[in-house]
Amino acid sequence: MDEHESPELTDDEKRLFADLMPEDLNEILDSGVNRRHFLKLITLASGGILAAQSALAEQLITRPVNVTEALDSAPLSLDNPVNVAFKVNGTARKLTVDSRMTLLDTLRERLDLTGSKKGCDHGQCGACTVMVNGQRVLSCLTLAASCEGKTVQTIEGLAQNEKLHPMQEAFLKHDGFQCGFCTPGQICSAVALLTEAKKGHASYVTQNVRQPAGPLILSDEEIRERMSGNICRCGAYPNIVAAIKEVQHGKPVEQIFRSV
Amino acid sequence: MRPFTYTRAKDATSASQSLANNPNARFLAGGTNLLDLMKEDVERPTSLVDIAELGLSDVKSITSGSNKGGISLGGLGKNTDAANHPLVRQHYPLLTQAILAGASGQIRNMATNGGNLMQRTRCPYFYEVAMPCNKRTPETGCGAKEGINRMHAIFGWSEQCVAVYPSDMAVALAALDAVIHVRNASGQERSIPIADFHRLPGNQPDRDTNLMHGELITSIELPQNRFAEKSYYLKVRDRASYAFALVSVAAALETEGNIIKKARIAMGGVAHKPWRALKAEQALIGKEATEANFRAAANAEMADAKPLSHNAFKVELGNRSIVLALQMALNGGKA
Repeated sequence: MDEHESPELTDDEKRLFADLMPEDLNEILDSGVNRRHFLKLITLASGGILAAQSALAEQLITRPVNVTEALDSAPLSLDNPVNVAFKVNGTARKLTVDSRMTLLDTLRERLDLTGSKKGCDHGQCGACTVMVNGQRVLSCLTLAASCEGKTVQTIEGLAQNEKLHPMQEAFLKHDGFQCGFCTPGQICSAVALLTEAKKGHASYVTQNVRQPAGPLILSDEEIRERMSGNICRCGAYPNIVAAIKEVQHGKPVEQIFRSV
Repeated sequence: MRPFTYTRAKDATSASQSLANNPNARFLAGGTNLLDLMKEDVERPTSLVDIAELGLSDVKSITSGSNKGGISLGGLGKNTDAANHPLVRQHYPLLTQAILAGASGQIRNMATNGGNLMQRTRCPYFYEVAMPCNKRTPETGCGAKEGINRMHAIFGWSEQCVAVYPSDMAVALAALDAVIHVRNASGQERSIPIADFHRLPGNQPDRDTNLMHGELITSIELPQNRFAEKSYYLKVRDRASYAFALVSVAAALETEGNIIKKARIAMGGVAHKPWRALKAEQALIGKEATEANFRAAANAEMADAKPLSHNAFKVELGNRSIVLALQMALNGGKA
């Protein structure tokens, strides 16, 4: 086998790589790239955005990364070890964590689920949003130790095999991101918002909260208020609102970049 | 974050006992404020006792006792669940609005009713450990009094502390005359009217509340009232959502014809505790519900304000906010 050919990259992946980073291709392949590294590279190289526009890339990026190379082994020294068993994206996990470990750090550092992002780490930006027992929460302000017996769903758990969640599709269609860093949190938040609207939850901009709760069709104003815990530094808000509206209303919404 | 031991409490009494045995132990409920403060090295507990799974989370009708006909919110119920409970939405819409005006969907799913009351100030001098702060470390001085104090108090502050209390929920609770039920390590219970729960800073700004160490908030009771049709929570902030109040007003009216029988007004963002605007309320009783009377009432309250170097705007803002909140309340939520 040619030493420049990494056995872990498929031809499709190499072609995509060549498209996105033609000048770097040889150098990067020389250094021996496996598939996981490749995925990180194309995301880091802001290729994530370019790539997301091609169907091929979409498929590659959403293909689950193999995490069996056990990260479950605890670091050697923990000040105050706590045992915790919980379910992450349908898989039972048993870990021993330092009592200080947040759910966010546990997902990223121990379970190699790096989709959830550490933005501010202080509950101000929403980039770390995941669903615990079906409800959206901030994983940066949740101790892993407090997740005993709970069910966690992250951005990695939304697609079914290679079929994206409708909210992921809508974010792609409406270009609901620029740099993509806040996107996993935005999408998890938006998916949970659908359930809240179905239950008839009120928001601060709801006209009459005394009306009995029932399934809601959310206005743009309602979507903006309900998504206010997810900050987008690139300012993709109009596109994010359009994406959520499309899924929440269950009918196509025109892409803003086509209508102006 | 500094190391701490973590235990999951089995029942409320043993949880309180764990705290009673260690002055540096804290309850962990939603964690949205405590963990943030621990990351900032402002709070330095050596032990966390996780009480989140103890139950104490129901919203119930009260069928006996002095608050009969009212409702009770479990101390460990989530803010989202309290705001959306049919009993709260129907009979205490002011509380629903106030809860929903605070934080974000994610945080309200985590935060508990009792924890919301225990929130600490967001004064940046309190948060920044390199700055002096009498609340964080007694007798180190106040960075805010002569510093940047645009967000700070205009009522009830002391030379020691000019911080404001951040909760929206508690402002509505103040207007609704809520009663906080607590239980200590020996199982003794007591109830604290919301007006006496939080403190003005005085010479002890490190004490936010009159809760004793180890006392657990078991429930929050709301007496029956006739304000549901005419109430409104107005929050004025630097951005449209997900920001702390510059000024907020919880307003509730009970009228007969156009005459005001009862009025409740409480303010957020102006003091070290939810500020009950008693002078404004007094000025409204027996009066017609007109804009002129609302203005007079607002003036009666705001005349006592003592702004700092950067927050004089809050006096006029408070004036206008009281008037607008009363108008919105009178018109069932419409301006």
